[in-house]
Amino acid sequence: MNFKKRDIISIKDFSREEIEYILECAKKMIPYAAGEKHNNILNEKILATLFFEPSTRTRLSFESAMHRLGGKVIGFADPSATSQKKGESLADTIRMADSYSDAIVIRHPQEGAARLAAEFAEVPVLNAGDGAGQHPTQCLLDLFTILTEKKKIKGNNVVLLGDLKYGRTVHSLAYALALFKADLTFVSPDTLKMPKEVINECKEFGVEPNSTSNLEKAIKEADVLYVTRIQRERFPDAEEYNRVVGTYKVDNALLKEAKKDLIVMHPLPRVVEIDPELDNTPHALYFKQAFNGVPVRMALLSLVLGGKKT
Amino acid sequence: MKEVKVTPIKDGTVIDHITPGNAVKVLHILKIPESTTAVVSVAINVTGKKGKKDIVKIESRELDPKELDKIALIAPKATINIIRDYEVVKKHKVELPTEVIGIAKCSNPTCISNAREPVQSRFHVVCKDPPRIRCYYCEREPEDVADMIV
Repeated sequence: MNFKKRDIISIKDFSREEIEYILECAKKMIPYAAGEKHNNILNEKILATLFFEPSTRTRLSFESAMHRLGGKVIGFADPSATSQKKGESLADTIRMADSYSDAIVIRHPQEGAARLAAEFAEVPVLNAGDGAGQHPTQCLLDLFTILTEKKKIKGNNVVLLGDLKYGRTVHSLAYALALFKADLTFVSPDTLKMPKEVINECKEFGVEPNSTSNLEKAIKEADVLYVTRIQRERFPDAEEYNRVVGTYKVDNALLKEAKKDLIVMHPLPRVVEIDPELDNTPHALYFKQAFNGVPVRMALLSLVLGGKKT
Repeated sequence: MKEVKVTPIKDGTVIDHITPGNAVKVLHILKIPESTTAVVSVAINVTGKKGKKDIVKIESRELDPKELDKIALIAPKATINIIRDYEVVKKHKVELPTEVIGIAKCSNPTCISNAREPVQSRFHVVCKDPPRIRCYYCEREPEDVADMIV
């Protein structure tokens, strides 16, 4: 399997075998990501991180991943300080970054921006989130977290909770979980249901997701509870946002009847949807999940830049 | 006496079996009238053997059948007839290509293909009949393809 120079734009571009291979590589990266071991395999390589939208974990973990592998990072976290402010097209910004670096990481508010970037760049492009579209590296680290905690993905009952309409992470994740034959339950307010096209994709893999607004009932059978923030910035209408924010809250009382080994995940940042009282319980996996972004992104960077072969 | 609603043409192209109501969109795809000075007749909601249909006739001009495949996006059952001296010399059923470039606009207003970027709209054809297309950039599927023709 050769990933050299490959773009990482959408989880749908990868087969199950390819995803398994990436996750295997990520597992080997854990001691390096934790700083327990050191390597220099991307020495002299430069990563350009172009963040046209705010990010904490994705940007920092990409940068950490590159540094842990001995590479260097250039880029920006605030587009207002770039030529985009002067009206430069994304295509031109990408051409420039392409000539300055060996790989490009891009986050952009418009869907399809990473795919466009890949058209204009010779170097590999890694999508760090395009609007309400794809966020493949988040999806991979979510799969990696479930796999390392539960030892397998197939057969686990995964409850996806919150904003399933606008949330980009849950669309890719539902697709990937169905690819791995997990059981899926979607819990959301009526106005924020999972789009039909995502449900249809799950069905194409032979997975029939349950949809409900009753979280208490869904939680009893859950092996994984994946909570998402209701994102104000994705709502076209502030009134719609105000009607649904705070609909669900995950706290110790809610988890009383949950399985003992239930894991609670969240792509973060959280606002009100997970009570901090949960943080010190064995259920809370979201901080470990955030750490897993580093080994997964190390695996991806080493594969697309190093051309590591099996 | 049989009423003749659409007169035969001597030479040119007849696009038959267009989904009723979509003839004007077919003209739009073919960039008519901008691309031609030929006489073009349009019949809308004509009753045929298999129910209602639209017909477009372009005189003195033979259109390239491959180019006309784009029409399949809004009229998957259309047939193209090349006419010479009142006879049909070539008949071609439209077939949607696997990729459609520059014909339809993405229905997602925040898709990068709708921004000021040097790219044309681009869609993968997911299903040929009924036509379903998926944006190459944002991966969304427009609900009504006909509405998105540019």
